[in-house]
Amino acid sequence: MSEWIEACGAEDIDEEDVIRFDHAGRTFAIYRSPDDDYFATDGLCTHEQVHLSGGLVMDDIIECPKHNGRFNYKTGEAKGAPVCVNLKTYPVKVEGGKVLIQVG
Amino acid sequence: MDGGMVIVGAGECGARAALALREHGYDGPVTLVGDEPHLPYERPPLSKDAMMADTPAVQAIASEAELADKSITHLRPVTVASVDRAAKRVKLAKGGELAYDRLLLATGATPRRLPMPGLGARCVYLRTFSDVLAIRQHLKPQSRIVIVGGGFIGLELAAAARRLGAAVTVVEAQPRILMRGVPAEIAAVVHAAHEAHGAEIVCGSGIAAIDDDGQKVRLTFANGRVIDADLAVIGIGAVPNTGLAEQAGLRIENGIAVDAMLRSSDPDIFAAGDCCSFPLSVYGGRRVRLEAWRNAQDQGALAGANMLGLDLPVSSVPWFWSDQYELTMQIAGLCDEAETAVRRDISENAFILFHLAGDGRLVAASGIGPDNAVARDIRLAEMLIAKRARPDPDALASPDIKLKKLLAG
Repeated sequence: MSEWIEACGAEDIDEEDVIRFDHAGRTFAIYRSPDDDYFATDGLCTHEQVHLSGGLVMDDIIECPKHNGRFNYKTGEAKGAPVCVNLKTYPVKVEGGKVLIQVG
Repeated sequence: MDGGMVIVGAGECGARAALALREHGYDGPVTLVGDEPHLPYERPPLSKDAMMADTPAVQAIASEAELADKSITHLRPVTVASVDRAAKRVKLAKGGELAYDRLLLATGATPRRLPMPGLGARCVYLRTFSDVLAIRQHLKPQSRIVIVGGGFIGLELAAAARRLGAAVTVVEAQPRILMRGVPAEIAAVVHAAHEAHGAEIVCGSGIAAIDDDGQKVRLTFANGRVIDADLAVIGIGAVPNTGLAEQAGLRIENGIAVDAMLRSSDPDIFAAGDCCSFPLSVYGGRRVRLEAWRNAQDQGALAGANMLGLDLPVSSVPWFWSDQYELTMQIAGLCDEAETAVRRDISENAFILFHLAGDGRLVAASGIGPDNAVARDIRLAEMLIAKRARPDPDALASPDIKLKKLLAG
């Protein structure tokens, strides 16, 4: 059974924003949506391995800072050129003001 | 409707157009004609990661399987000899013809040639993957490279060459590098980074003479200096490939002239990407030609849609980027309409200049910094430019005020 890892405090992320979280040699992106839900995906764009945490969150889309590849961060779905491979997503829960992700 | 869709040029633009035709549900024949032997590939890495790789490889935009799956016929390497508009056919150089209902010219651009005698095997240009292979073998410690032209291609190549240990001199005829489209304040940061990494940059001097014996190339600068190099790479801009369009009698105006829907003076022929000039709505419809990856990608997708009659106008804001050493520069919009600039410091070594027109409209934003430090704000600036916003200069200059707030306002 995969364990839940504490990624950050719930208030460490602004609404409609993203931060980077590194754990055990892997990198993740943690999102807070405009309606105040939390999500997590792999941290690197599937196009050229760029950290998505430098990108812009608009509604439920994260846009890669390098070449504007777009993903729905809630589902991981790639939304068109230049990205064609979906992002892996991870379960998230908020407990006691902390954001936890299940890294699997 | 029996000819189907023919696309001449299998770079970023042509490949995106072919894929877009299928995404929009077109089920007739799609033929993509490319004059290179490779699958359609991304050109930006050619002066960067692909050049620095131990074994350079093409980064394909679509795999053989994907093209087959989408029934896209990719002819390569095949050169188109002419277009017969009356018969709606393109003639191939090796013989044979392709009938079309709609034709897209995505022919790209070719490096501008240095107009002087003396160039030989040790004088090369960089545009294609085969150019990469020719250049790469000379990028090693103990080799000496001269790059003629301090534009993006030359400077990115200089950075790659330094990373691989070659001695590098960049010679630029203008008083500074990146004269076209990049503010002096940002060019100065790039210049300093090159010097810190051991590349020499000589501005204000052209090339007076070249003597290339096929083993070495001797370059004599206008200022009298002489350098014997293993390789000279010439990066002095590019010219649009308009030959086919000219021969077909299409209107040419700094590239193949198209309307906002990327339609040429023949309604069944479209042109997109580096080879065309088009009216840019966000700047009052002034006619521009862009040599940029994202433009090629966006216009390819748009052309694919418009070949099917969707009539979608170009509405995007020009955007491009460059990577050199640890720095990334990003520019959105066109600076030349600006009268003033406002600086926003993102961090100690990252900043953005917001370029404002006389009426306060944000017309461009240019930023530089390590990695992607400026990316998010440049993207927001691009949206502000698209909205023709007149943001408060004081807010632009204050890093604590989020640009997203200005966008909402």
